[in-house]
Amino acid sequence: MPELGRAALIVALGLALYALLAGAYAAWSGRRRLAASAQNAILAAFAATLAASLVLAAALLRDDFSFTYVQEHTSSDLSSAYKLSAFWGGQEGSLLLWLLILTGYSAAAVAFGRRVGRDLLAWVVPVLGGVCVFFAFMVTVVASPFATQPAPAEGAGMTASLQNPYMLAHPPLLYLGYVGLAIPWAFAMGALLSRRTDERWIVATRRWTLAAWTFLGVGQLLGAHWAYEEIGWGGYFAWDPVENAALMPWLAATAFLHSVMIQEKRGMLKVWNMILVVGAFLLSLFGTFLTRSGVVNSIHSFTQSSIGPWFLFFIVLATGFSLALVFSRLPILRSQTRLESLISREATFLYNNLLLVALCLTILWGVLFPLVSEAVRGEAVNVGGPYYNFFLRSFGLPLLLLMGIGPLIAWRRASLRALGRTFLVPLGVALAVGLVLLVLGAGSSIPGLIAYTFSAFVLASIAFEFVRGTRARRALGASSWPAAFSSLVSRNRRRYGGYIVHAAVVLLAIGVAGSSAYETVREGKLRPGQELRVADYTLRLRSIEQRETANAVQVRAVLDVERDGSELGSLRAGKNTYRVGDEVSNEVGIRSDLLTGEDLFVTTDRIDGDDSVYVKVFVKPLVNFIWLAGIVFILGSLVTLWPDAREQRRLLLRYEPQAAPTEA
Amino acid sequence: MTLLALALAAALAVACVVYVARPFLREPAPAVDRLDEPGELERRRLALAEERDRALGALKELEFDHRTGAVSDEDYRALVGPLRRTAAEALRALEPRATGELGRVRAGR
Repeated sequence: MPELGRAALIVALGLALYALLAGAYAAWSGRRRLAASAQNAILAAFAATLAASLVLAAALLRDDFSFTYVQEHTSSDLSSAYKLSAFWGGQEGSLLLWLLILTGYSAAAVAFGRRVGRDLLAWVVPVLGGVCVFFAFMVTVVASPFATQPAPAEGAGMTASLQNPYMLAHPPLLYLGYVGLAIPWAFAMGALLSRRTDERWIVATRRWTLAAWTFLGVGQLLGAHWAYEEIGWGGYFAWDPVENAALMPWLAATAFLHSVMIQEKRGMLKVWNMILVVGAFLLSLFGTFLTRSGVVNSIHSFTQSSIGPWFLFFIVLATGFSLALVFSRLPILRSQTRLESLISREATFLYNNLLLVALCLTILWGVLFPLVSEAVRGEAVNVGGPYYNFFLRSFGLPLLLLMGIGPLIAWRRASLRALGRTFLVPLGVALAVGLVLLVLGAGSSIPGLIAYTFSAFVLASIAFEFVRGTRARRALGASSWPAAFSSLVSRNRRRYGGYIVHAAVVLLAIGVAGSSAYETVREGKLRPGQELRVADYTLRLRSIEQRETANAVQVRAVLDVERDGSELGSLRAGKNTYRVGDEVSNEVGIRSDLLTGEDLFVTTDRIDGDDSVYVKVFVKPLVNFIWLAGIVFILGSLVTLWPDAREQRRLLLRYEPQAAPTEA
Repeated sequence: MTLLALALAAALAVACVVYVARPFLREPAPAVDRLDEPGELERRRLALAEERDRALGALKELEFDHRTGAVSDEDYRALVGPLRRTAAEALRALEPRATGELGRVRAGR
């Protein structure tokens, strides 16, 4: 039923346009019923987009190749899960997913935001409506997923690298992150339009920002794991422009989540927070543009198309609108308070912000430079790993250190004597760990050794915070140590949930440092019975197997693995050749040691007809800490996101007009 | 199939229009059709409430950090006074005796 899909999208576009125009007029003229009507239009736009999405999903599952989109991105031999994942496997479907998530988020923001303040919401609705108009226009006019054709017997199939379970979750999670950043941006713009510079917009969007940031973070980790398992070059992050495109808004949102605390606690950095929230949203649009326009060469360039100019136009429009609004409201965004000391919690947050933004901007420059170079000099200059790794070390290591310093310093100011006392234990632990690692030979990589020493410092300072806090709660009357711990976390979920997220970042740093700075790589040609030694491992080629599945021919080299004389079983690595499209994918063999976090990673470069195989073997110490970091990251985010009844009561009291000031 | 699709599309469009028009259908002639915009006094109250919460929150955190040993006695003594003063000033300014005045402002009198 492509007609229903098309009609539903036209309805969604009309509703979004109404939300933009009627909403703006209602907010400007103060008309209550019109504002409520515009809010309803946002809710109805979600329903219409959902209807269109269901039509496309049904067509994908039913192999309805009369839909051009279905024919171009699937084939009947795919499993139902992969057929459904084709929803976001192509241009038009991805844009529809953007619109679905955007209208979904907007509808939820309207439904929950009604409690926050109708005057603020009245201005938020047209801003959200404006973004919805753009995406609804794109899927209705420019790149419709409901184009039809005389149905061929079979579809073109799905890109081989997308036929991976991670593709079922990685793109939707990234989109939930990208699109989620539209909500804090819309509330920030709404606050500026309504001249409400109080913290209501921050209160209204705190959880939205955290949720979007969490989705973006988890989406990137899943993408890294997909690259690790599926692409088969032995790594998980290659500073690919599209990977960078997801990292940049995440870094900007990380900076915002920290600096917004300074605004809440000290009433400072109002302009800076606006700039960060605008930056995070614009970078999320830029990320979608990079992924979808095909303007850069990337492993994600399976979606090249001509939507680039439209996106560029919208990014320029959104940038102009946001910056003009922020600058026009500068007089009412002035802070009443100042930084009291450079040795204070807020100062460390500020340093953290500067480093995060600097890292984000250097990545942005790395992504833009080839495009600028091509436009100006006619030749694209590739900005590769060394550039990014240099800046990651230059900004990332101080950032890691700050994560340990921040919790140890009080808000407002701290005396040097107090610092000496609080730094004693974490510093002692860090130096001890550093010395032990140096003795064990970790000095072969100085950045690696520094990363581990800093990681030890941060983990010690976090553990120290939990121990001291739990002890204090116990002294305040908690019945047991577990009760004291639970009370500590539940009374300040943002603080202690944040520490758990910091622990996740430390695990990530340990995994990245271990797997990159201390990695061992060997490659060679093997015939059955021949061996290859890598670090402590010996790999012996047992045989080469071939198997046919519904949609591919699988060839695998079977390798027996030993370490220090003990048998560790066998590994299978090889290639899949897909029938549709004749594409070939790398299928890596991985043996994980969950105790040490080390991976033995095998990839095959070539499998010859004479039963010989070229293998490349990587030993990656501590790489599994990266995936463990993902679990801890989700846990920390959940603790932070969990509703706090005490806080809700306090906010209700604040925003319920019960008392007036004695002086106006 | 096309007819069914068009009928469903028309039903969707009508349902959406009715839902969007609902505020007008429910209240065809309301006594007041103005958005509640906060007056100057309400904005001031809100600013003071935020200041009060900031100061009380900071005091609570300071007390706890002092108890855990994260804040020294010397730093505690230097910080607690100004925070208590700020909180007290905000609380005093927010005393309920001005409620009547605020009510009058909101009612547009």
